[in-house]
Parts: sequence; C-alpha cells; structure tokens
Amino acid sequence: MLSYLLQRVGLAAITCVFISALTFMIIRLPPGDFVDAYIANLVASGSSVSQEQAAAMRIEYGLDQPVIVQYARWIGRVLQGDFGVSMVWRRPVSEVIGDRLWLTMVVSVAALFLTWAIALPIGIYSAVRQYSIGDYVFTTLGFIGLAIPNFLLALILMYLGFRYLGLSVGGLFSPEYVQAEWSWGRVWDLMTHLPLPAAVLALAGTAQLIRIMRANLLDELRRPYVVTARAKGLSERRVVLKYPVRAALNPFASSIAYLFPYLVSGSIVVSLVLGLPTVGPLLLQALVAQDMFLAGAIVLLLGVMTVVGTLISDLLLMWIDPRIRLEGRA
Amino acid sequence: MSATTAAAQDRWAEATQLQLTWWRFRKHRLAVISLVIVFLFYMVAAFADFLAINDPHATDARRSFIPPQAIHLFDEDGFNPHVYGLRGVRNMQTFQLTYTPDPNRKLPVRLFARGYTYNLFGLFETDIHLLGVEGGQRTDGIFLLGTDQLGRDLFSRMIVATRVSLLIGLAGVTLSLLLGIILGGISGLYGGWVDTFIQRVIEVLRSIPTIPLWMGLAAALPNTWSTTQVYFAITVIISLIGWTDLARVVRGRFLSLREEDFVVAAELAGASQGRIIFRHMLPSFASHIIAAVSLALPAMIVSETALSFLGLGLRPPAISWGILLQDAQNIQVLANAPWLLSAAVPVIVVILAFNFLGDGLRDAADPYG
Repeated sequence: MLSYLLQRVGLAAITCVFISALTFMIIRLPPGDFVDAYIANLVASGSSVSQEQAAAMRIEYGLDQPVIVQYARWIGRVLQGDFGVSMVWRRPVSEVIGDRLWLTMVVSVAALFLTWAIALPIGIYSAVRQYSIGDYVFTTLGFIGLAIPNFLLALILMYLGFRYLGLSVGGLFSPEYVQAEWSWGRVWDLMTHLPLPAAVLALAGTAQLIRIMRANLLDELRRPYVVTARAKGLSERRVVLKYPVRAALNPFASSIAYLFPYLVSGSIVVSLVLGLPTVGPLLLQALVAQDMFLAGAIVLLLGVMTVVGTLISDLLLMWIDPRIRLEGRA
Repeated sequence: MSATTAAAQDRWAEATQLQLTWWRFRKHRLAVISLVIVFLFYMVAAFADFLAINDPHATDARRSFIPPQAIHLFDEDGFNPHVYGLRGVRNMQTFQLTYTPDPNRKLPVRLFARGYTYNLFGLFETDIHLLGVEGGQRTDGIFLLGTDQLGRDLFSRMIVATRVSLLIGLAGVTLSLLLGIILGGISGLYGGWVDTFIQRVIEVLRSIPTIPLWMGLAAALPNTWSTTQVYFAITVIISLIGWTDLARVVRGRFLSLREEDFVVAAELAGASQGRIIFRHMLPSFASHIIAAVSLALPAMIVSETALSFLGLGLRPPAISWGILLQDAQNIQVLANAPWLLSAAVPVIVVILAFNFLGDGLRDAADPYG
C-alpha cells in the first residue's frame, strides 16, 4: 500500500515538473522576450524606455542567462508564490487571478458531482432493465450528449433562454453580487447560478460514465454470486445494490482521473460563452494580448490543480478497493 | 441440421477475415447508416466548390443578414423550381435593412449553372455549380441558410468549411496514429523499462487539461504565418496530445498477440522481426486500429472547432466550422440572426456518425469473438 502511495505521489510530482516545463515553454514561445513586450506596451501607452533601461531590465529579470537558469529562477519565484507581473493589468499576477481560480474549481467540482449524481442511478437502471424503453431512451440521449461539444450546448441553451424565456443566461453572480465581498448571500447566489454551467459541463462526461457503469454492472450481474444471492431469497433490491453495484463502482472513482482534466478544460471554453468569472476568459485575454506571465500562471495553476484532483481520485480508489490496498502485502 | 444452415456454416468457414468483419459490421444498423453519412460528408468535402452556390469569400454590405430562403419547387405552371427575389426595407426604428421575399419576382433555379470560378481538384478551372439562379439583381440569389454580417452566403461557407474541418481531423489522426503506432509498438514489443517509461509519459499527458495547453501553444503561433502554416501547426498541436489513446490500443494488441501461437510459430520458423510485425501481427489488429481511429476523429474535429471558435485556431480567410461558429458567439448577433447557429448542425452530425461508426467497427473488429 505504501509503495502504491509513493508511486502515485511520485508520478504526480513528475507531472507537475513536466507541466511547469511546458508552461515555461509557452511563456517563452512568442517572438521577442518579456522586456520587448513590456517596452512595446509602454510605448503604446505613451511613455518611452531607453536602451540602457531595457538592458538593465533584462539583467534584472535574468534574460541574459541560459534557458535552464531562467527556468530555475522562474520556478523558484513561483514556489514562493510570485508569478510575476501582468503586463496588461500592471498588477501582480496572483492579484489579477484572485477568486477566479477557485471559481473555476467550484464549477468543475460541481460538474463532477453532478456527473456522478446523474450517471449512478441511470447506469444502474439501464443495466438492470437492459433493452427496456428507458434503457434505449437513456442510451440515445447519452449518445447525443456525447456528440454535442459543451461550448455548442452552452451557446444553444443561451440562445433558447434568450429567445423563449427572455433570460440572459450566464454569469455566476447576480448583478448586485458581482463586486460584493464574500458573504452568505453571495455564496447562496453562487449556488443558484451553478446548476446551468455545471449541467452543460457534466453532459458529455455523464453520457460516458453511464455507458461504463452499465457495461460494468451487466458484467457483474451475470456472475454466479448474484445467482446465489437470488437463489437464497435476497430481495432484488439487495441483490443488486449490496454487491454488484459496489463492485461496479470502481470506475466512478477512477473516472475523476480522466474526467477532471476534461472538466477543467471544458470549463475554459464554456466560461467564455456563458461569461463566467473563471480563469477562462482571463486566459484568452492574456493569450491574445501576449501577456505571457499571466497566461503561464493560469496554465500552470490549472495543470497543478488537475494533478491534485487526480491524486485524490487515486487515494479514493485505494480506500474503496481492497484489491489495490492489499496489493503491496501479497 | 438442415441444408441451409449447413451451407451458411460452409460460407462462414470459408469466409476471409474481411468478409467476417463486414458481416458482423452490417448487423449494427446505426453504424451502417453512419458509414453512409460519413461517406457523404467526405463527398461534400471533395466537391465543395461544385456544391457551393455563391462565392464563400465574396462580401457585400447590401446582402448583410439575409434570412434563410426556401426554394419553391412548384408554381401555377407545374414544376418550376424558383426562389423569390428579395426586397430590402429599412426599419425606421432600428435603421437596419430587413429583407422580405417578393412573390412578384420569381427567379428560376437552374442545375449546373455558372457561378464563381474555382479549381476542381486543383486540376482544371471551371465555373459550373450544382445550383444557381438566372438573372436577378446583385442582392438576389439562393441563400438557403441566410447570410452573415458581411453578406457572405452561409450555406456555401458551410459546404466549403466541411473540407477544412474534415481534413484537419484526418491529418491530425494520421499524425497521432503514426506517433501511437511507433510509441505503442515499441512499448508493447520491448516491454521492460521502455514500456514503463512510455506508459508514464502517457499518464502524465492525460492528466493535463488539454484546452489551456492548446490555447497557449496556438496563441504562440506568429501572426505573420500564412494560413497553410497555421493550419499545419494547429494539426500538429492537436495530434501531439491525441496520440495517447491510439498508443494504448496498439500496445495492448502487441502485448496480447506476442504470446499467440502463430507469432511464436513464425518466430521459430526464423522469420525476421519486421516480417513478424508487418506480415503476421499488423493485419490481425488493423481493424482495431481503424476502430480506434474513427473514435479519435471526432475528438480532433471538436478540438479544431473549439480552438477556432475561440479565435486561436485557424484564422480567416480560412473557413472551418469553428470559424463560422465564431460569428455566432455573440448573443446580440444571434438574436438578430439565429441562422448563424446552423453551423453547429454539421459538427454534431459528424461527431455522432463517427461515434456510431467507431462503435460498430469496434464490435466488428474481432469477428471470431
């Protein structure tokens, strides 16, 4: 068990290093360096910078050093919580990101819970009542859900809401709470705005999970122990829920590992369509304006948070599946 | 046993693997229908310019936001396909031109009409199109799905976009497949630390949220690049992350086949490794790869659509479904011109078709099971 744990934590650490290297590459990809972009920005707003000042800045930011040293310096700063300065906003990156990172996570996690809440009962139903009308209906709906990219779904819902209900669907807060300090009222307001984006994000993952759950449970239901349980006179409800469902639940926990990156990814595009105050719109702005420190910080933070999510799913899996827990001892 | 079943069994015993796969595939009705749909889409892509009615790049401020128009097949004289001419009326409250069909001006629709010139398959120039109207003023024409803000015909643009969107999927999948076969093959064939290493790389790649990464890479493409260069770069970016699923399929197949009798027999008979791989192993899992590819294709198409939708993918004047949907991003625009949303339809249909097709292929991939 310990070796499994160590292996997972090790892999998570390696992934983080890999993500940070990729992020650094993205920061450095645009032609010219940070100082060039900074000067261009200053010139555009009317001030000017002399050659000497530029050279001094390059030395200060270590841009005259080899790439590896620059990377090490950048990582060193990041580990101390200093992500650099956003060029567009002229403020520290961490300040610009602020609440948005947490809101991204809130939306993604809400979508994850919603995925489970919908997929579990429907998956069980579809397996127990295989080839019933309900099963066909859910399978068809699932396929359609899988086929509509979430940002298109957001777009269509927004149009329908506008056209037929006269609502402006979107945002995570009512107007009076957008700028407000955190309070219970604001939290409640957030809760009431969450279902729509969470549902949009959850749809494709739900469709996938229903199919997995259905297939797994069908496999389990054909096992001899189920026949035995039934022969011994257990109620149908107990026969299904007590053992086969539990055994079929594994993919639910492991689904976090692949669903979570997918949800975080999806939340970026969906946020842009629905106007959610997550890091999505900020990332797009930063990339378009080549505000690379801001963009890099967002990519890095999203990556690291996803890795943490994956790690949690591994621990969860270890907790619910004794086979993994006991592997080390055998 | 009756004669017919015996004959059927003989047929079964003598059939080649391809025939068996085809028989199994045919049973999956939805997959067969999907195959036809996918084929039609690729035909549309191949003959896009012929099927387009108006020049997809031609802008005209006077044709801005024309609503979709229907082709009327019959009039008093019997079969006589025509569209109505358009009358632009300025709304004195919003000062916008709104178009209404004018039943007094009938424009006959002709097959194989002359329109804008294009290059068919890059071989010869022609200006023959499937449909066209005769006569009429500059604002007249067939606008089956309406026009966008710049007065470009949405139907023609969607037809032409099919080419780019489907090809980028194919190109991306080809690249992914190459990476997947090479890395998955190495992983499955050699095992050991190479296998562990590649598997870890795949795990790392899969745990990264892809869209922010793509956005970062795509945004870093220089503005000065030509459309073709951007197209190529986007394909590479999309396939760099998409190969992991294919690599897993290939590795799994190699691992299970390595122990098969016929592979061991070939080895004992002294066949070279290359011969074993290409002559004996590859044919027996080619169908699995085809199934995996048809399941990977929709993901590629969605990726391109999402990136272009965000304005980070292909750039105008290139036309793809994502670029068309970009115009539909704004709710104000959508409220006035809801037909812009119709570019979502081919995306959804193609993804559904590829998913069903892949499902059917996966079931049929192992016809002995």
